[in-house]
Amino acid sequence: MSQIATGLTNAAKSFGKVRAVDDVTLELRPGQVLGLLGPNGAGKTTSIKLLLGLLQPDRGRARLFGVDPRSREARMRIGVMMQIGEVPAVLTIDELVEQFRGYYPNPRPAGEAIELAGLGALRDRRAGKLSGGEKQRLMFALAICGNPELLFLDEPTVGMDVASRRTFWEGIRAFLDGGRSILLTTHYLEEADALADRIAVIDRGRVIADGTPETIKSRFSGKRIRCRTSLSPTTLLGLPGVRETGGSGASVELISETPERTVRALLDADAGLSDLEVIGMGLEEAFLSMTESPAGTEEMSA
Amino acid sequence: MSEIRMPSMTRISLTDTRLEILSLIRQPGYSLPSLLFPVMFYVFFGLVFNMGRGVHMPTYLLASYGTFGVIAPALFSFGVGVAVERAQGWLRLRQASPAPPLAYVISKTGVSLAFAAAVALLLMTLGALFGDVRLERLRWFWTFGVLVFGTIPFCALGLWIGMNVKGNAAPAVVNLLYLPMSLLSGLWIPIQFFPELMQKLAWALPPFHLAQLAFGAVGMPVQAPAWVSVSYLSVMTLVFGVASMRSFYREDA
Ligand SMILES: Nc1ncnc2c1ncn2[C@@H]1O[C@H](COP(=O)(O)OP(=O)(O)OP(=O)(O)O)[C@@H](O)[C@H]1O
Ligand SMILES: [Mg+2]
Repeated sequence: MSQIATGLTNAAKSFGKVRAVDDVTLELRPGQVLGLLGPNGAGKTTSIKLLLGLLQPDRGRARLFGVDPRSREARMRIGVMMQIGEVPAVLTIDELVEQFRGYYPNPRPAGEAIELAGLGALRDRRAGKLSGGEKQRLMFALAICGNPELLFLDEPTVGMDVASRRTFWEGIRAFLDGGRSILLTTHYLEEADALADRIAVIDRGRVIADGTPETIKSRFSGKRIRCRTSLSPTTLLGLPGVRETGGSGASVELISETPERTVRALLDADAGLSDLEVIGMGLEEAFLSMTESPAGTEEMSA
Repeated sequence: MSEIRMPSMTRISLTDTRLEILSLIRQPGYSLPSLLFPVMFYVFFGLVFNMGRGVHMPTYLLASYGTFGVIAPALFSFGVGVAVERAQGWLRLRQASPAPPLAYVISKTGVSLAFAAAVALLLMTLGALFGDVRLERLRWFWTFGVLVFGTIPFCALGLWIGMNVKGNAAPAVVNLLYLPMSLLSGLWIPIQFFPELMQKLAWALPPFHLAQLAFGAVGMPVQAPAWVSVSYLSVMTLVFGVASMRSFYREDA
């Protein structure tokens, strides 16, 4: 078995009966931004907690820089921004950043971290008096102030308006100067596309796609075909270009990457076919169709 | 990358303690009651309504309210504080940082010690100035030491509660422990006034033993030998201390 220096190898984690992470193998490579994309409950946060050593995998392995994520050696090289978190409300941005800097051997100047997070004007403001988006940026400042090589960002831009999201992306890009890496989770394909060099799509605790944004986007592009047919789901799945099938009874829905070829094959296979419709899908919609359908979630690792 | 010098635990603990104290000062609504309650009790029952017959009440109450007073910061600001930071996810962020968990505990204990010192100094000053409490110099120091370091076993208990009770339930749990335990340990009403069974029961309670040491320090007669109380409190510190540190390394505490 190949050893992943930084990442998860066949990791699994259950909470009681819930399989939060079923079987995830994910490698984080130096200098790369990996976007972990998936719907609610897909297992993104759990994967991050496994990587941070906050949770221990039931099966498989988590490693950071080849060592146990719980070691101080690993933790001094990473920065973390969790999805849920409140900071002590009565301390100021400056004080909190100073506190966190003190934990690291080679921290970034406080002013620089605060500037990168776009909080330069608010240094003396207490954390409790920040808006939601500003709080997120403070979390970002805390994550980068230790001068980490690897940054974990769990849904960093949730609750930000479009403008702050763009500013935040700028901060992330500035952080990247100098060969650092990021693992970023998000619901937004657009965000992953804007920031990531590589995207892994996770759904129900499994990685269902892993590749460059271009590959992922092309996989997710496709058309929806609806019709009434007597063909069985297995036959339909065997038609050229069909990625998945759905629908009930005689009324079915196919998602196809090559709709023209699929339609030709459909008509050849079922002379009695009726109510044919071909519908285009946007990127987001295609992504949703992929992660939400109960059937046909084949492995698509690149 | 040849030379990595990790910041020392002492430095981290000192910074954290400073910020903890700063937080306390900035939210007097939380810290003042813990400081003022024992003082108020002492002023009312020890100095104003001095009903002592036989014993010198201001001296007696210096020990018992002193004990009452130094337990509060350990359970409330420490114990509840940990529970809240855990619920808020702040603790998780710290756990993912390279700061050693022990530094977190040390800084919070430091704050409780400082708090306890303030309570002890206030009561001792009031007692000496207005209650005619007269102790040999060594006994003053001894009393101060017992009260201040006596907060440590309760820090261990507070930490354990903080690590094991849900954030919003912690204040209730702590109150349910603190008040009855103090009463049954004889911190409000001298234990001699209790029925015999309750007097025996008190031996099981931690504040009873700290109070015993404090009575000994101010030169009052005690029921439990000092070594019993010292052993009790040491074992308590050890048990809750170890259990809490285990909770720290437990998954996603
Ligand atoms: N501590 C826990 N106890 C029980 N179940 C949990 C726990 N943490 C996560 N789960 C469950 O595991 C699954 C995966 O959760 P996870 O938080 O990893 O999802 P996610 O991809 O981060 O979702 P979101 O986009 O909503 O943040 C969910 O079904 C969730 O309910
Ligand atoms: Mg999540």
